[in-house]
Amino acid sequence: MYILKLIFKNAFRHKLRTWLTILGITIAILAFGLLRTVISAWYAGVEASSASRLVTRNSISIIFTLPLSYKERIRQIDGVNIVSWGNWFGGIYIDEKNFFANFAVDPKTYFELYPELIISPDQKAAFIRDRKGFVAGRKLAERFGWKLGDSVTLRGTIFAGQWDFVMRGIYKGRDNTVDETTFFFQWDYLNEKMKKISPARADQIGFYMIGVTKPEIAADVAVNIDKTFKNSVAETLTETEKAFQLGWIAMSQAIVTAIQLVSFVVIIIIMAVMANTMAMTARERIGEYSIFKTLGFGGRYIAVLIFGESLIISMIGCAFGIAFTFPAAKSFGNALSNFFPIFNVALETIYMDIAAALLVGTVAGIFPTVRSISIRIADGLRRIG
Amino acid sequence: MSENALVEPRSIVLIRNVNKSYRRGSQTIPVLENVSFDIAEGEFLALMGPSGSGKSTLLNLLAGIDSVDSGSIAVGGLDITTLSEMDLARWRAVNVGFIFQFYNLIPVLTAYGNVELPLLLTKLSKKERREHVDLALSMVGLSDRMDHYPNQLSGGQQQRVAIARAVVTDPTILVADEPTGDLDRISAAEILDLMGRLNKDLGKTIIMVTHDARAAAKAHLIKQLDKGVFIDVHS
Repeated sequence: MYILKLIFKNAFRHKLRTWLTILGITIAILAFGLLRTVISAWYAGVEASSASRLVTRNSISIIFTLPLSYKERIRQIDGVNIVSWGNWFGGIYIDEKNFFANFAVDPKTYFELYPELIISPDQKAAFIRDRKGFVAGRKLAERFGWKLGDSVTLRGTIFAGQWDFVMRGIYKGRDNTVDETTFFFQWDYLNEKMKKISPARADQIGFYMIGVTKPEIAADVAVNIDKTFKNSVAETLTETEKAFQLGWIAMSQAIVTAIQLVSFVVIIIIMAVMANTMAMTARERIGEYSIFKTLGFGGRYIAVLIFGESLIISMIGCAFGIAFTFPAAKSFGNALSNFFPIFNVALETIYMDIAAALLVGTVAGIFPTVRSISIRIADGLRRIG
Repeated sequence: MSENALVEPRSIVLIRNVNKSYRRGSQTIPVLENVSFDIAEGEFLALMGPSGSGKSTLLNLLAGIDSVDSGSIAVGGLDITTLSEMDLARWRAVNVGFIFQFYNLIPVLTAYGNVELPLLLTKLSKKERREHVDLALSMVGLSDRMDHYPNQLSGGQQQRVAIARAVVTDPTILVADEPTGDLDRISAAEILDLMGRLNKDLGKTIIMVTHDARAAAKAHLIKQLDKGVFIDVHS
């Protein structure tokens, strides 16, 4: 208790310097936390993926389609429970800046396959009934102020033309890891229009989503699906939903790596600032530490004083940084909801913040401790006066 | 005359053939050369000499905060030159009380906290520590200032706190390096009186380094050092 009191008093002896250092650490931890949250947001789709879902696409590339006729053949493969399908639509709402993900899906099977998307039975039934109906995530509906029955027009990019829809439902996520910013409409609407304006593109599927009976057999089912369509006009590539999501992230891996590097650089910079503060502090107190040694206190006691002070400063900064990360992440998430539909501060990020602060506090204390312990008492006492 | 006065006081410090030098770059500068002498228990010794004569170095050596190049120093029958750093630290905590020129109090601790500091290395309970600190502070006349921080005390008061800190563990010897060097004449006289009382009333062995002839006059014995050797002895 006595030593803890002494450490606290030492830490705030130079109030301005200590608070400036704490401010620096707060900003660094805040920046580190936000950058780690950006990375988490990047992987949100991966985290939300189910082990019992597979995604089948054209083996050449995701931009190539698969015939609708594969649906029945996939359904017949052992272990397959549900088959759903969809296309990335890529429609624009009024302006490109209003970006959100929009898919044409099979309304009957899609919500069955994705139980984490919660929609009331009435709304689901209304969606299924109306060929031009659409369902939007809660956040997306709030963003544009859409209400049930509202008409919304998207401008097609991949599928040209103006596409009119009527809002029939709003889904909510089961928890905060579920994206609530997606727009789903009936695949049949897309297909019927394609039959009229571009028959060659009709009955073509962007990807199949397949539910398997047990997660343990997912790999075998994937192999069997691809085997079924081997040497066909459109060979398939089937992978788990997680692998599929990771495939998307791999395309932007360089950005993720750059963000990770920047987050660590922030910590290294604050480590240098903190080490400088502690070096200055220890240099000023070398005489005092010599007094402690003169009185019979060992090097361990001096180490506890210096490391304790360093850790207290870094942990206070960490606490403030973590406290500010949550509102900052909320604002950041709201501002960038187009790009990061899920922007939550993960528990893992908090642990990393704490680990980083502990590392900063510890590393910053090493040099001053070694110096204070190793200096001869007589030399240390000469620094006083 | 009491019976005790007829008994030859035993030596509590025995210094034998001590040599000490410092290195400055490639140069070796001798500070103490073949120094030998004894200090009797209950002695009040003043070490005098010009700057660089080796008096502070000698004080540091016999207080166990510096090491000899050769020779031996025994305090209370223990050759401290053979002790490891850790053992020496433990030995200092029990056997030596330090009084410095610039008081060397810890600025973030109150007078009470500063005096309590050496007791943290003992097995005393909090209550026992309080009793010891109260006694030491009352001895130096600062019971009413125990909650004051060093910067709230005058130089003389700070030095009295330092003396209380030095005696609170009831050490074998008290070493004082220019204890009045930073004080005005009145405060210096008070400190010297206090040290005199500690020596006379409590029988504390005091070894004091000083430039001040008035301070040295308080001692029983004065030893003059010059260029690392004793040149004269007054008593």
